[in-house]
Amino acid sequence: MGTVADAWTWLTTGSNWSGPSGIGVRLGEHLYLTGMSLAIACAIALPIAFWLGHIGKGGTLAINISNVGRAVPTLAVLGLLMLTPLRMHGDWPTVIALVLFAVPPLLTNAYVGIREADRDVVEAARGMGMSGPQLLGRVELPLGYPLVMTGLRSATVQVVATATLAAIAGGGGLGRIITAGFRTYNTPMVVAGAFLVAVLALVLEAVLVVAERLLDPMRGRRDGRRGRGRGTPGDDLAAPGAEGADVPPGDRKPAPASL
Amino acid sequence: MKASGCLAANEWICGEYVRSRSEELVDATVQHVWITLASVGIGLLVSFPLALIARRWRVLTGPVLGLTTVLYTIPSLAMFSLLVPLMGISASVVVTGLVLYSLTILIRNLLAGLDSVPAETREAARGMGYGQTRLLFAVELPLALPAVMAGLRMATVSTIAMTTVGGIIGYGGLGNLIVDGMRTLFKAQVLTASVLCVLLAVLADLLLLGLQRLLTPWTRARRSGGGGRFRVGTARRQKEAA
Repeated sequence: MGTVADAWTWLTTGSNWSGPSGIGVRLGEHLYLTGMSLAIACAIALPIAFWLGHIGKGGTLAINISNVGRAVPTLAVLGLLMLTPLRMHGDWPTVIALVLFAVPPLLTNAYVGIREADRDVVEAARGMGMSGPQLLGRVELPLGYPLVMTGLRSATVQVVATATLAAIAGGGGLGRIITAGFRTYNTPMVVAGAFLVAVLALVLEAVLVVAERLLDPMRGRRDGRRGRGRGTPGDDLAAPGAEGADVPPGDRKPAPASL
Repeated sequence: MKASGCLAANEWICGEYVRSRSEELVDATVQHVWITLASVGIGLLVSFPLALIARRWRVLTGPVLGLTTVLYTIPSLAMFSLLVPLMGISASVVVTGLVLYSLTILIRNLLAGLDSVPAETREAARGMGYGQTRLLFAVELPLALPAVMAGLRMATVSTIAMTTVGGIIGYGGLGNLIVDGMRTLFKAQVLTASVLCVLLAVLADLLLLGLQRLLTPWTRARRSGGGGRFRVGTARRQKEAA
């Protein structure tokens, strides 16, 4: 218990929060790196996923990317990037590594979300004379929204974790508090840093869960619709043949409802 | 002379490095493998009863899945660091952290697999006089195997990748070499260890895939006809559960 108390003392000491390597600056760096990398990753992954999902091609690519993303250690990519000439360019190696690991969950989930939008509804919308972009924007995106957001949450978890690891490779962020603590054999500092990182990850996750609910284009309508859909007996039977992409079950992060 | 030149020149690919440090590489790989095996093995042992409890008492399903998800959200470096004051600097820190991470995937897939057993099959077995335990081990678990094995493969692959983070406290298998190489800017060491790590993950995935084929010969006939029926089915159900 002594370490925990010491860690608490470390956390509540004002001088640890200010200064160039204080918690304030490290937190700012962490949020900046996370935000920027997520923005870049979204800009890359989402258009590709929406387009592929819309035309219904490239399923294997989308799935394999996420499998590769799981097999490659983040630390290895950080290490390799740090040893390239890129390391002279400040945050760029870190940002590149973060983007690389944020793209797979975004791409896979968004692809599956669009692809698995109820085919009957899509057909009906096409029959009503909707154009491709209309179909995507008004039908497929609202229907695929939950999975797109699931991808965003997985990507955020991944990026926050990777940004922490970046500290080992000399990057900024809250991980620096942990590595600095290790280097100086200051266990309370290590624990305090780890605590901050864990809290940040959980808070970001919670913020995204709330944002997901507030921004849902079908807010309030989705559950009723799902409930009715599940009741129809033919629904389950149609499932296996309807879709070619088989996403490993673990790629579906749990919805907030399960909390 | 040319071969030893690549060490001095700090080149990315260096045969001389692999030759001269082969012992170090083998040691790191062995550590990597046993940390992974221990983590996934313990993870499986822990998640099995948890999944059964979550299935038996449905009220607990939400909390069990929710808690493991919260654990999964905590970055690995923070997880290991938080465990250090509890266990000291030892391999058990890394193994415990990795076990906690593997629970998320394993419990989820165990539940999905058990839920995918058709009610009629269960009824038939019960009608034949199967008791709870025999029903579970002789009927439900074999039918749940494809989903369970899919989860096991995913957990193993991500555990192999995450073991490297243990390098921060010296128990990361190949991660030790990556962390060390990063500090000393030793390119060949970082690249070789990274490549070995990915190879290890691919190898483990293939081995488990082979094991899955051996254990579930009946899915192959179905797969050739139905185009991965089983996995699609589980993915679907997984989504509905979520």
